[in-house]
Amino acid sequence: MTVFVLLTITGLGLAALYFLVASGLSLIFGLMDVLNFAHGVFLTIGAYATWWSAQRLDLIGEPTLRLVVAIAIGMAVGAAVAVAVEVAFIRPLYGQHVGQILVTVGLALALTALLRAIFTPDARAFPVPDWMGDTTSVFGASIPNSRFVGIAAAVAVYVGLMAFLKRTRYGLIIRAGVENRAMVTALGINVTRAFTLVFAIGGLAAALGGAIAGTYATSINPEQGGHLLIFAFIVVIIGGLGSLRGAAIASVLVGLLQQYANFYALVGAGDLIVVLLLAVVLLLRPQGIGGRAAA
Amino acid sequence: MATTPLLAVEDLDVHIGESHILHGIGFEVAEGGVTALLGRNGVGKTTTLKGLLGLVERSGSVRFDGRELTGLPTHEIVQQRIAYVPEDREVFSELTVAENLRLAERGDGEPRYDLVHDLFPRLQERSRQRAGTMSGGEQQMLSLGRALLNDNRLLLIDEPTKGLAPNLVTEVADVLERMSELTTSLLVEQNLGVVRRIAHHALVLDHGEVVYSGGVDELLDDPARTRDLLGVGSTSGGSH
Repeated sequence: MTVFVLLTITGLGLAALYFLVASGLSLIFGLMDVLNFAHGVFLTIGAYATWWSAQRLDLIGEPTLRLVVAIAIGMAVGAAVAVAVEVAFIRPLYGQHVGQILVTVGLALALTALLRAIFTPDARAFPVPDWMGDTTSVFGASIPNSRFVGIAAAVAVYVGLMAFLKRTRYGLIIRAGVENRAMVTALGINVTRAFTLVFAIGGLAAALGGAIAGTYATSINPEQGGHLLIFAFIVVIIGGLGSLRGAAIASVLVGLLQQYANFYALVGAGDLIVVLLLAVVLLLRPQGIGGRAAA
Repeated sequence: MATTPLLAVEDLDVHIGESHILHGIGFEVAEGGVTALLGRNGVGKTTTLKGLLGLVERSGSVRFDGRELTGLPTHEIVQQRIAYVPEDREVFSELTVAENLRLAERGDGEPRYDLVHDLFPRLQERSRQRAGTMSGGEQQMLSLGRALLNDNRLLLIDEPTKGLAPNLVTEVADVLERMSELTTSLLVEQNLGVVRRIAHHALVLDHGEVVYSGGVDELLDDPARTRDLLGVGSTSGGSH
């Protein structure tokens, strides 16, 4: 029971990370038909911006508050980079899928190399307040508090995004745009602004994911975004392109399955099981869990 | 003195893939009433409407109230107070009826919910229903309602009675007749009964070119010409 609880909560913690990356990725693909291979770099840049800010916020003595402010700066940087990528590189290539793939793959490689050049390839210790490194006992299982923070952050992002999609005009435009972008423009709506906003949201969530990943591993490195991006793409496909609810469900499925398989089968089996799950979903329900609907 | 047409199209040319759909067509739509755009299936009627809105790549000139539209993106063309009712309704199936209407609010005037709900009471009754779960006729009402929500100067309406049951065709024709009193319309319609009832001017497309521009009655009262241009016998009856 203790092991099962530990696996379940750490699996949910992993799912939280996947969701933070996949939510933006899914909305970007659903609305704009853009496969953004540079999305993982938004996460890495957000993590480094958080780490860099935390080193320089000495005037904030309280470690938790310092980390919160640093994360807010990291998220702002992640959003700014995402907007810059959309405006400078993606916007001229709408409808040109091969061009988008080449440009975003190139950006991912170049920006990762840039991070390596600036910060070296070595892992950097991430500032984690003591209480986040401590554990809490749940049914006898000692769970690192950082996992609860990660899960809470993902739930907050999910609730916030759902409220945004359901209750704001831009949310309405994005939900409609995921379904039929041409008809949205035929109603007199400038959908380009919604594109930029979706990129900003994606960058914001991914950067938060980078900081959360930093608290899990207590370190960051230039490659971490690329590794998470692979599983985020799997989550997006299983969840259904453009579906936030689908991405949330798929994140939980993938995170839990990985943890259970790695422990109950053999180490490394988790990745194989996830790929099998992807194959089953593509065979039985190619549109994914949530189909093509933003909320 | 000749009056400036509301819409003046010159040399409108559209290629889609390898197909040359419109061969430099030209026509004018005067302000007020309904102009019907007719022709056999596949002659480019829907493409013409999409070309006017910039929904397909096109060349040529489209002037609306004297202003050239071809350099503008679709959303700015629509903001000139032009509304589009597409052939297959294209309501947002995952959104509710109310959300579909709210999305159509352009912000250039007070949205005319009273008018829309007066014409289509069912849209008010079903405001919280997902549009994708409504019948084809109800979706058509929503599509028309979306176009009427704003005070437009031109409506581009593509086959509004297509696939509807006869009683719904009459209902939609009633609405189109009332709409024609409110604003200018360019209507693509296969039901010649509906055309005769509500349109005053007709344009006929054939092989990507305008081959007739004149009165509706003049066209439909000439069975040989109707058969020749439209491939069907004209009906002089009602809207069924």
